[in-house]
Amino acid sequence: MKRAFPWHLIFFLAPAVLIYTLFSAYPLFDTLRLSLFTDSPDGVRQFHGLGNFFTLLGDDNWSGPFWNALWNNTKFFIIHMLVQNPIGLLLAALLSLKDLRGARAYRTLIFLPTLLSVVIIGFIWQLMLSPLWGVTEGFLDFFGLGFLFEAWLGRESSALITLALISVWQFVGIPMMLIYAALLSIPDDLIEAAHVDGASPWRIFWRIRVPLILPTLGLVTILTFVGNFNAFELIYAVKGALAGPNFSTDILGTFFYRTFFGYQSQIGSATMGATVATMMFLVILVGVMLYFFIVQRRLTRYQW
Amino acid sequence: MKKMQTTVAGVTLAATLSLGVQAETLTIESWRVDDKDLWEDILIPAFNAEHPNIEVRFNATAPTEYDSSINARLQAGTAGDLITCRPFDQSLSLFNQGYLQPLNGLDALDNYQDFAKRAWSTDDGETTFCLPMASVIHGFFYNKAIFDELDLDIPETRDEFFATLNTIKDDSDYTPLALGTNDQWEANQIVFTNIGANYWKGEEGRLALLSGDAKFTDDEFVDVWKEMASWGDYMGRGYEAQTYGDSQNLFALGRAAIYPTGSWDISYFNNQAIFEFGAFKPPVADSGDTCYISDHTDMGIGINPASKNGDAARTFLDWVASADFADLFTNEVTGFFSLSNHQVEVQDPVAAEMISWRNDCESTIRLNAQVMNRGTPNMEQELWVVSSQVLNGTLSPEDAAEQIQDGFEQWYEPQSK
Repeated sequence: MKRAFPWHLIFFLAPAVLIYTLFSAYPLFDTLRLSLFTDSPDGVRQFHGLGNFFTLLGDDNWSGPFWNALWNNTKFFIIHMLVQNPIGLLLAALLSLKDLRGARAYRTLIFLPTLLSVVIIGFIWQLMLSPLWGVTEGFLDFFGLGFLFEAWLGRESSALITLALISVWQFVGIPMMLIYAALLSIPDDLIEAAHVDGASPWRIFWRIRVPLILPTLGLVTILTFVGNFNAFELIYAVKGALAGPNFSTDILGTFFYRTFFGYQSQIGSATMGATVATMMFLVILVGVMLYFFIVQRRLTRYQW
Repeated sequence: MKKMQTTVAGVTLAATLSLGVQAETLTIESWRVDDKDLWEDILIPAFNAEHPNIEVRFNATAPTEYDSSINARLQAGTAGDLITCRPFDQSLSLFNQGYLQPLNGLDALDNYQDFAKRAWSTDDGETTFCLPMASVIHGFFYNKAIFDELDLDIPETRDEFFATLNTIKDDSDYTPLALGTNDQWEANQIVFTNIGANYWKGEEGRLALLSGDAKFTDDEFVDVWKEMASWGDYMGRGYEAQTYGDSQNLFALGRAAIYPTGSWDISYFNNQAIFEFGAFKPPVADSGDTCYISDHTDMGIGINPASKNGDAARTFLDWVASADFADLFTNEVTGFFSLSNHQVEVQDPVAAEMISWRNDCESTIRLNAQVMNRGTPNMEQELWVVSSQVLNGTLSPEDAAEQIQDGFEQWYEPQSK
């Protein structure tokens, strides 16, 4: 018997497919296309092949800032991986302790900054860390550590680390929530069985809980990666699009902004901007693919 | 012949106006969000008193977004009739793309000196595409109360300037200089090109760079960075993270004695500062030397060629070039000085002081504003970065000069010889 064509599928999928195509897929492909063009001084757009990419990677004036931004971005990501996600895991583990009082309050408080606008976060931290009006110096003084205080956001050596830590402070709630949910979904039977077998809580955590939440840790990694390589607002809000001092906080997002929209007397270039955006897309794509082929395939999902 | 053309144009214009069949609407695009009330309450009504048939709207976009948004909307054909023009290359690029109407034949242009028109003319000076509207003058503000308290005089020479800074630093708790480097632009726009004009003799030095006769590595440029390198001692603790807003606050709260700035800040401190402040010009090397000031042509106004109300737009520009407008603008938008030749009585004392420098000193525009920002690497951006590093003490004056000269040579032919 011939089955009827599943019209209802089209009916249900159409709105999402249309909106996604129109507002996500089409602009993305148009950006890729635009990166192959160039504008002449009198405003005529002409096909340029891979010329923009050769300029971006081959011309010192472009490749220098590009690699600098990519490297800074990598550092930004590493700091998140080393600080944000372990802290997220630790907080989730503490929250999932059976007899913890006020777990809900902690959870809300830690998650709260995630909901705030990045611009507000940037502004608040800039005020707190300000050598002129900030509370940080007085706070450190209270513990006799005032000598440690510096204009952290103003030094080449520390500005990027400081901004990364601000970002960690804001977003640590997300890995915490994801890991917390994964921890909760582990059946009690497994844990109890381990107890009965005489395993210590420490051993239970490392040998039973962590392996079971590995897929979630992988997800957190990839979310952090994509989020970090798309980051922009915090740096822009605190340091402006020039990402000072001396481009030490310049990441791909701010580099893209300067190229595409222009900044002060630098006249923006849509085509060169599209080239930078395409490179960002490729970096993220390669990262995600590496993750899928190398990590994801080896992850075992436990069934129970 | 040209004269006749303008006469014909004038007659046609007058005829169109006298008909006054229907009210026309003009929209002004601008980045001066702060001036919205001023335009709506004062300037536009004044214009309408003479031209009741033309309705004018003022549409402002935030300064940092203005250039990109106006570019996009001109391309899309949705921009307003009148475009507020940034000086030099930004507007020149719009003109080259055909987004600004040439103003040749507009009599109103005769009310401006060449130096004012240069910011909105093609390189050969043949075509002007925006009417000059306003300039800003750079200098230093000082807190009169602190100067009285410490018995200080206004410094005229560099030695006096540093002696003043030393006195403030040693004898009081005030921060001598309200200046930070977090935002980077101040380091170039209100320090390097402000104090530098006296070193490179204003236009003389600027034109020498353009002709290839001078290099950034010459003494008159390196010495400016050398002076800046010694400023760090007088700036507040942690100035590397101090924003422009922080500096404004520091001075407005009376915690700093001297504030390097431009005239656009006058109205801010008129509102915010609780003390009396004055202005002094950038110090010269020796008493009696010719002084040079950075008198930067900042704002012009041009016509969108796609405008359907071209005649009304020209009428508006004629009015912008009038003595009435010059007076209203200079006195209401305190710190922005009309660029037309009309004599204007400036009421605000600090603004009057600053504009009086035009009589005593030679005027020059910001060093890199014309031509030098055109290539890649972008010199304005590079100057922000190296100048703030020099203030931070992380780059030597010589290396700063080397870096700027190196970037300039890469694309500017007269320099690469």
